[in-house]
Amino acid sequence: MKRRTTRGKRPRRTHGATPHRASAARGKRTTPRLVDRKEITLRINGTTHVATVDVRTTLVDFIREQVGLTGTHVGCEHGVCGACTILFDREPVRSCLLFAVQADGAEISTVESLGTPEHLHPVQEAFRDHHGLQCGFCTPGFLMTTMALLHDRPAPSEAEIRSALSGNLCRCTGYQGIVEAVLDAAQRLRTQAHS
Amino acid sequence: MKPAPFHYAAPETEEQTLALLHAHGSEAKLLAGGQSLVPLLSMRLARPSIIIDLNRVKTLDYVREEGEEIRIGAMTRQRNAERSSLVTRRLPLLAETLPFVGHLPIRSRGTVGGSIAHADPSAELPAVLVALGGSVVLRGLEKTRVVRGEDFFVSYLTTALRLDELLTEVRVPVHDRKGTAFLEIARRHGDYALVGVAAVVTMDGNRCAQARLAFTGVGPTPVRIPEVEVLLAGAVLTDAVLADVRTLVADRIDPEDDVHATAQYRKDVAGVLAERALRAAATRAMQPAHGLADQGHHGGET
Repeated sequence: MKRRTTRGKRPRRTHGATPHRASAARGKRTTPRLVDRKEITLRINGTTHVATVDVRTTLVDFIREQVGLTGTHVGCEHGVCGACTILFDREPVRSCLLFAVQADGAEISTVESLGTPEHLHPVQEAFRDHHGLQCGFCTPGFLMTTMALLHDRPAPSEAEIRSALSGNLCRCTGYQGIVEAVLDAAQRLRTQAHS
Repeated sequence: MKPAPFHYAAPETEEQTLALLHAHGSEAKLLAGGQSLVPLLSMRLARPSIIIDLNRVKTLDYVREEGEEIRIGAMTRQRNAERSSLVTRRLPLLAETLPFVGHLPIRSRGTVGGSIAHADPSAELPAVLVALGGSVVLRGLEKTRVVRGEDFFVSYLTTALRLDELLTEVRVPVHDRKGTAFLEIARRHGDYALVGVAAVVTMDGNRCAQARLAFTGVGPTPVRIPEVEVLLAGAVLTDAVLADVRTLVADRIDPEDDVHATAQYRKDVAGVLAERALRAAATRAMQPAHGLADQGHHGGET
C-alpha cells in the first residue's frame, strides 16, 4: 500500500543556507498555536532542505519520500529493528520514532553521507570484506550506529561493539561478520587518522 | 503504519507548556523522547488528538548538584545523563543502570523524565528512583509539588501526575558513599527487563546497617519488600542470611506470567538477582573508595 505523504510543496534545495529555528522570533509569552502542517528547515548530509510537512509524518518517511534519499530503510516502524538509524545532531537515533516536524533546525546524516559505490567509506569496506551483510536491508542502520560508536569509542572492545549494536537486528549474518567488520573498521579509521 | 491525525504544538517554555496542558489536558499527550509514545501512536494503540512536543523547552535539560541531591531536568537525554560527570561521580547506581535503559539509539533520544513519567512496570529508572528514595517535581499552573518516587508510581503506566501538571525535574540523593548495584535479566541487552533489582546498602563494619531493594518487572510499580529490608538491617550478610533473602523475595513478590517468562521463573530470578545485587553492593560499600576511613567506624563496632 502506498503511504500518503504531503506532496503539496516540493522541498527546495538551497545549498549553503544556515538552518534556523522558524519559531525563534515568536513571542515567548503567547501560547503556541496547534498546527497540522508546518514548514521546516533542516540540513541532511550537508544540504539544506526547506519543506512543509504533515505533523504526523515520521522523519524516515520524510527523508525517503519527500527528500528522495532511500538509503535509510524502514523496517518495523516502531523502534525495534534499527534499520532506520540515522545521526541526528551527531547522535544515533531511530528516524521512525521522530516526526519530521521535530527535525526543524537539525543536522542529519544518513547512509548516503558515507561513501559512493566507487569509493566506499572505510566502515563500508570493512562490512564488505568481513561479510557483515548479506541481503543488506539492515545495513544502513548498522553503518550509522557504527559511525556513532566509533566517534565516541575509536577502539571499542568486542563487548562494547555488541552492546552498541544490540538495537540493530540482522536476520542474515548471525552478527559475527558484523562484529568483525566493526573491529576492523575501527582499526582502518585509526590508521587513516594517523597517516 | 502512520499515526492517526493529531494537532501539534511545540512550546518553548514551561509556562507555554502548562498553558497548553491547562487548555487541552485530557485530549493532549506530552511528547518527550518519544521512544515509548511514538510506537504507541504508530500502532494506533494511542490516539491523542493533540501532541505537545517538549523538545524545544530548553530549561528542562540540565544536571546540577543541590546540597545532597543531584537534580536532573526532565528532558535530559538518558545518553547525556550517562555522560554527565556528576552522575558518574555522585550517582553510581544511576550511572550503572542507565546503559540498561534501551539500546544506544534509544538513549540518545529517550529522556530521564520521560521514562519515569511513562512508568512502565518493567522500566529501570523507576526502580532506581524508589531504591534511592528520590523524588520528582510536578509543576502545575498554580503550584509545584515535590512527590517521593514511592508515592509517584500508582500502577501500570499510571502515576500521581495530574493532567495539567508537567514533570519538570528528577531529584536523586547522592549515594557515592553507599554500596549500590543494579542487575537485570532481559532477553536481549537493552530490552525491558524480565526482572531487575536495584540495591542500596549501607555497611557498618561487616554488618549491613541498612538495605533497600526495589524490583522492576514483578508488579504494577517498583516493588519494595519491607520484610526483606527488616531481615537485612543489622545482619551480617552470610550465605545463610542471603539464602533466606532469596526465599523471602520469591515468596513475597507476585509477578505475572507472560509470553516472555512464567511467574515462577520471575520469582526464582528475582531471588537470585537480589542475592547477587546485595553481595555486589555490600562489597562496594566496603571498598576504600567509598570512604570507610573517613566515616571513622572501620572495625569499631561490636
